[in-house]
Amino acid sequence: MTIGRNLVDIGYMDTLASGDSPLHRLDARAKIFTTFLLIIAVVSFDKYVVSALAPFFLYPVFLVVVGGLPSGYIARKVLLVAPFAVLVGVFNPFLDRQVLFHLGAAGVTGGWVSFASILARFALTVSAALALFSITGINSLCEALARSGVPRPFVVQLLFLNRYLFVLTGEAERISRARALRSCGGTKMGLRVFTQIVGHLLLRTLDRAERVYRAMRCRGFDGHIRIVKSSGIGRPEIVFMLGWAVLFAIFRFVNVSLVLGEAVEGFIR
Amino acid sequence: MSHYMVEADDLQYSYPDGTEALGGISFLIARGESVALVGENGAGKSTLLQHFTGCLFPSGGLLKIAGLPVDRQNLSAVRRSVGMVFQNPDDQLFMPTVFEDVAFGLLNLGVPEAELEGKVMAALETVGAAHLRGRPPYRLSQGEKRTTAIAGVLAMSPDILVMDEPTSSLDPMSRRRLIALLKTFRHTKIIATHDLDFALETCQRTIVIHRGKVTADSSTAEVFRNAELLRRSSLEAPASILQRPCCGGAV
Repeated sequence: MTIGRNLVDIGYMDTLASGDSPLHRLDARAKIFTTFLLIIAVVSFDKYVVSALAPFFLYPVFLVVVGGLPSGYIARKVLLVAPFAVLVGVFNPFLDRQVLFHLGAAGVTGGWVSFASILARFALTVSAALALFSITGINSLCEALARSGVPRPFVVQLLFLNRYLFVLTGEAERISRARALRSCGGTKMGLRVFTQIVGHLLLRTLDRAERVYRAMRCRGFDGHIRIVKSSGIGRPEIVFMLGWAVLFAIFRFVNVSLVLGEAVEGFIR
Repeated sequence: MSHYMVEADDLQYSYPDGTEALGGISFLIARGESVALVGENGAGKSTLLQHFTGCLFPSGGLLKIAGLPVDRQNLSAVRRSVGMVFQNPDDQLFMPTVFEDVAFGLLNLGVPEAELEGKVMAALETVGAAHLRGRPPYRLSQGEKRTTAIAGVLAMSPDILVMDEPTSSLDPMSRRRLIALLKTFRHTKIIATHDLDFALETCQRTIVIHRGKVTADSSTAEVFRNAELLRRSSLEAPASILQRPCCGGAV
């Protein structure tokens, strides 16, 4: 994927966030709180739990479907960062060889189960976070964080980081295109050229960031980012938070997958 | 109180490395005037514009905006009076949507949330960009970016509109729209440009800057008819004054 496409890709999340669905209209604090509850519930399980995590997928699926988000896009993003989760758990099967149960004749060790659990938790939390970001947008998220008591310097840094990302990728795209046009079809970049490009990129980005900052100062920026506030916590937000909190509590303390499995088994018999 | 919106008296500025950018510039600009600042690259136009918004402070002499000296004490008031449209609109537009970007300056001015929607939409409608309100700025065309940047500044109701190379990278139709738009504004306008045809259409008065000094300050038509002055200032008379066909087309 080219840098230019990456740039558009970063901006695509903001485009998704400007959509109009019941979820988009909810106060960002309600969505952050509910997603936070999901994360707490998911990480609180024992390391060998896999099946009990399955019902939690209802939450990201709900966000994607009701929020009108492209499921393929979210899935691709999850897969993109999946190697990190694989790296965290890939050694578990070698370190934990205690057999927990048998699948036919094959014994399944605790290492494989905990590895599967890590992957499931990762998929759950990352897809929920991505869906949250895509239906809320960075500005509303930051506004909600600020209104929830997160220190302002942290929130402003987060906003600037997002803006800097655009500046950086924009400059990188221009430099990369200029190099490609003069490299006569060659795709390999020597270390010397690479380091020079990185140096130039840093200087140009700093220069650009300075101009952006100056433009902000000219429009009254004084170190505090003021964002158009959302409506506030009302009935839809309370219903959303309470509804999901109750569901998460049920999913956390009742193994819904197991209950359903046993019910289906009983029905078949 | 002076009735001049801008008063520069022997304005001097040298960069930290000692390079003299402005070597004693003096002029007065009255309320409602449209003034073009022209000069070759490196003449000092952009440095001068940065003084108008308090991004730079004079090394010597005096600059007053709406009767207030441009210094740290008056910075906030000066920036309320002056709306600056930067050369590259990408430097100016940074919020996720056009609406939020136009609202940025208003929120900093402390405009109540209840009035925000109306003011933002009024500014967008003035520049004919109301339909862009939900669009992300980075997806706009160069012309749309420029009008959005102007809307962001107009929303703050400045007394003085300062523009740096407003026609750079605009296609002919967007340029024509910008000219029509600027003609509807009653603000004091200061426009730094290399596009002398644009200056001729939008500004009654032109100040020529050459090597950090004012070499001419007169009516735009008069300045552009002075071939010797233009040659000395590394400028070229606009095609419309030369009565010369542009790019092979009819004048």
